[in-house]
Amino acid sequence: MGKVKKSPWLLHYDGSSCNGCDIEVLATLTPVYDAERFGVVNTGDPLQADILMITGGINQQNAPVVKQLYDQMPRPKVVVAVGTCACSGGVFRECYNMLGGADSTVPVDIYVPGCAARPESIMDGILKAVALFQKRSDEHDQYEKEHKGEARPVDPSINTAHDKAKLKEMEGTADA
Amino acid sequence: MDHTIYYVIGAILYIVGAPFLGCLMDGAERKLSARMQGRIGPPILQPWYDFVKLLNKQVVTVDRAQFFILLSYLVLMIMSGAMFFSGNDLLMTFFVLSTTGTFLYFAAIVPSSPYSSMAASRELIQEVCYEPAVLLLSVGFYLATGTFNARAVFSQHTSLILFMPGFLASYLFAMIIKLRLSPFDVSTSHHAHQELVQGVTTEMGARNLAIFKMAEWYEMVFLYGVVMVFILNSSPLSILAAVLVDLAMFFCFVLIDNTNARVKWENMLGMSWTVTGLCSGVNLLILMMIR
Amino acid sequence: MPVTVFLILFPLIWAFVIFAIRDNKVRGIAAYIGSGIIIAAVGVLFAQWLINGRVPIKMFFDTEVADHFILAGEIVLMLVVTYLCFKYHKYWISILSIVPTLMLAYFELKGPELHRIPHIYIDHLSMLMCLIVGIIGGMIIVYAVGYMDGYAHHHPEFQDRRNYFLGLLFFFLSAMFGFVMSESLLWIDLFWETTSVCSFLLIGYTRADEAVHNSFRALWMNLAGGVALAVGIIYFGWNSHTVAFHDLINLSTQMHMAYCVLPIALIAFAALTKAAQYPFSTWLIGAMVAPTPSSALLHSATMVKAGIYVLLRLAPAMAGTLTGSMITFIGGFTFFVASIIAIGQSDGKRVLAFSTISNLGLMVACAGVGAPETVWAGVLLMIFHAVSKSLLFQDVGATENAIGSRDIEDMHGLLYRLPRLATFMFIGIAGMFLAPFGMLISKWSALRAAVDESNIILVLFIVFGSATTSFYWTKWMGKLISRSHETGDRLKDITKKNEVVSLTVHAVLMILLCILVPFISKVYVDPLLIEMFGKYEDVLPMGVLYTMIVVIAFVFLVPIFSYFIGRKMRANVKLTYMSGINTGDNTMFVDSFGEPKRLWLSNYYFRSFIHPHQLRIFSQILTTAVLLVMMSMIIGGAL
Repeated sequence: MGKVKKSPWLLHYDGSSCNGCDIEVLATLTPVYDAERFGVVNTGDPLQADILMITGGINQQNAPVVKQLYDQMPRPKVVVAVGTCACSGGVFRECYNMLGGADSTVPVDIYVPGCAARPESIMDGILKAVALFQKRSDEHDQYEKEHKGEARPVDPSINTAHDKAKLKEMEGTADA
Repeated sequence: MDHTIYYVIGAILYIVGAPFLGCLMDGAERKLSARMQGRIGPPILQPWYDFVKLLNKQVVTVDRAQFFILLSYLVLMIMSGAMFFSGNDLLMTFFVLSTTGTFLYFAAIVPSSPYSSMAASRELIQEVCYEPAVLLLSVGFYLATGTFNARAVFSQHTSLILFMPGFLASYLFAMIIKLRLSPFDVSTSHHAHQELVQGVTTEMGARNLAIFKMAEWYEMVFLYGVVMVFILNSSPLSILAAVLVDLAMFFCFVLIDNTNARVKWENMLGMSWTVTGLCSGVNLLILMMIR
Repeated sequence: MPVTVFLILFPLIWAFVIFAIRDNKVRGIAAYIGSGIIIAAVGVLFAQWLINGRVPIKMFFDTEVADHFILAGEIVLMLVVTYLCFKYHKYWISILSIVPTLMLAYFELKGPELHRIPHIYIDHLSMLMCLIVGIIGGMIIVYAVGYMDGYAHHHPEFQDRRNYFLGLLFFFLSAMFGFVMSESLLWIDLFWETTSVCSFLLIGYTRADEAVHNSFRALWMNLAGGVALAVGIIYFGWNSHTVAFHDLINLSTQMHMAYCVLPIALIAFAALTKAAQYPFSTWLIGAMVAPTPSSALLHSATMVKAGIYVLLRLAPAMAGTLTGSMITFIGGFTFFVASIIAIGQSDGKRVLAFSTISNLGLMVACAGVGAPETVWAGVLLMIFHAVSKSLLFQDVGATENAIGSRDIEDMHGLLYRLPRLATFMFIGIAGMFLAPFGMLISKWSALRAAVDESNIILVLFIVFGSATTSFYWTKWMGKLISRSHETGDRLKDITKKNEVVSLTVHAVLMILLCILVPFISKVYVDPLLIEMFGKYEDVLPMGVLYTMIVVIAFVFLVPIFSYFIGRKMRANVKLTYMSGINTGDNTMFVDSFGEPKRLWLSNYYFRSFIHPHQLRIFSQILTTAVLLVMMSMIIGGAL
């Protein structure tokens, strides 16, 4: 049972936003706030990430991208929506191409409000996510222990390279 | 060879201890780097926390073949390090080291992913850059001591740096490339958020990345160990001196890493071959003449 | 009839038999039988030689009749060459054949009375060459039968002359056997010219314009070497009253006869042309136009190896001389430059061709240094190179038949599309350069010897050339194992059965060689060195030997074990990372218009700064200058 909470790696995705929250997320990593003291690394690679941090809302075009990135992340994983747009769609909510906040596409665990979200609150969100990450990791281990050797139930989302049927469906939503 | 036992202990110590030492060095590097940038930085043990976390995550892979290639990479890396610390033939050790690099290339190219493949090719170019320096280094040892046998090289009466400063210079240059530090971090880098994504490790997640990290630690200890050989002599105090030199080099590398931007691979190739040709070449010429 | 004579005469006669058979099937069977007999005969010769305690076989002291046949053969060759040169309006080339032949004829008829010498002399080196020529050459013929059927099918534009082609292959083997077994330099000269003409005919097989052009280039370059050889032989014969190859070396190394310097330089120069070193390398590249089996034969078992054989023989006499320095420089330089040019090539056969030139360069340099260690390295390199090049050429040929291209870019994911051919290719490439296999140990030894001889230029050439060599091989291997960006479906493997037989034999040989290196070195190469240098020197220290064995075991076992561990592991397979715009099966992504687009990955070829043409011109000028200067120094010193 490892202490995973000391090493949360971020994948930051900037959706349909004004880039304000985007800049604030980067600010969180600068010397003034220095998120790395909590072990936070901004990896940019879903295969290595633990926390998916989404800024900005979700539109028709980026929904499949966000979904794919989320699917590529190994379990356990946590999703943090940063800023009003990511939480609810914000000022863009009623635009013709918008689907809404991040939770319209992937399950969001932590909501960080603000327009733009301040680094302090982003940091707070990360730390909340880290606690959840640890909890999920423990559950994951517990599950593995109890179901040793059994195949896991199939992930409802697309997670294999061959699941083309799912893919069609996904493309279908993108076209809709 | 009554010292055989020391070499066996050396190899065992390396196999068991190198990951921990390498992990600490990795942590120290990140901490030092952060301090240079005016940050507090992560705890020294951060790489260890990362490692444990990676092992605890769900096992994911992009291509099943990657795992076994990476495992081979790790084992061969351990082997080349152990060959060195157990006092084997130096030239052979460095040849095995280059084969080890080939396995990393394979691991990165096998998933056929755009970022990973590009970085793999660059990794191969890096190999072309540092291989001459590393091979010439063993030639230098041979000229200075008359043997490729590492045991004889380790037990010199005078420090080898007196005979081969040029080789040391080009080796240190090669080390920057081998450790993938700026400005020669063309294949991957320890810093996030860049056009390469994660370079050769892009398609390595969870357990695969943990294996890669571990191999990196072994490599680090091995490479710094080679620097120590230049300093060691018959006096026990030289061990202290060697450690100090290593620490100084460590500091310099972090400084270079923090103050340089990545160069194009063409420049890297040109620079490294020039440095190798000049420093090692001239030193080689001098050694051949005084022999 | 002794086996030695049989080995020369049988392929010669068989060549005509093959040529005469009109039916394709019958001819194929005849070719199989012929190559089977050749391999068996080589085996018998080897066994006889082993049973006799590996004493050098010396035969035929009085050969007045045979000598006349040899002379007649030379004249026939001259007539053939002259006829062809006139037919294709390349008149001046015929001079290169007429002049040396007439000189030799004059020397034989009017020259000084020669000492009584054996005309056939088989020691370790000759025996090794016989084995290479017999086994590899024989297998290439087996491969050629099937390949040429396909070739005739795919290339209806060329006249189908399969009987001519297969006959030539046998003819070539006959000449090679004669060449490596002969002791008399006069005999050697005949066989030398025969191989030149054979390769000329093979290259010109298709009679296309390019083929004719390239074949004449090969002809004049090799004939120019032949002129140097003839002059060297006559000069030596006139001064010493003997034409035995061993006498030349002994007189030079033991008696330090001044008149040996010039013939050695001239013969070594001739060997450079045959071994396709700069500035003469272009003929080997031009030889690519011929069907693949002839490339395999020229590159691995015959032709270029004849040059290496002569240089290795001369090695003790070249040690520490100006000739030695010249040969070492040319060889080292070729090793380095050809490997750089190979990086810029994407055509599989061209990569192989440049790597042949480059590797031959290393062997030539080893021979030029002339120390026991380097000769040891050179011999091992030669063995490995013969097997692996033959394997690779045949494999690229078979792959080309299957995928319709021999471009390395098109071999992406070959391991999943044509697993068998890709595996063979992988074995061949691994044998060529990957530590601790094959080449590596030779490189190790060559490097050490170069340091011992204080040859700084060679050290630098080896060190830098070794880096570039690994680059072009490794990126090729990477292409093979990458997941396919095509559909990833298996292609139909249309390799014919006989081709598979030959490939399998080669692959098994390759692996055996890799495993048995220490053993081969101990029981074969060390005695060879004793024979050559008269003293024993343990080239490979025991420590290194043990390390080698452990390393080989590891490099073999680790991936195998890891493979089985990895296969059992449960793992969740994810898509590769393409910034989230992957369309679902790793081969396509969504482009900026929202359309799916195929992913295409390519290797680095350094085209921005490797300009093969300019590099070649530069190397040719440089090496020609070096040759001219050093040859005039040698000639000036000798006269």
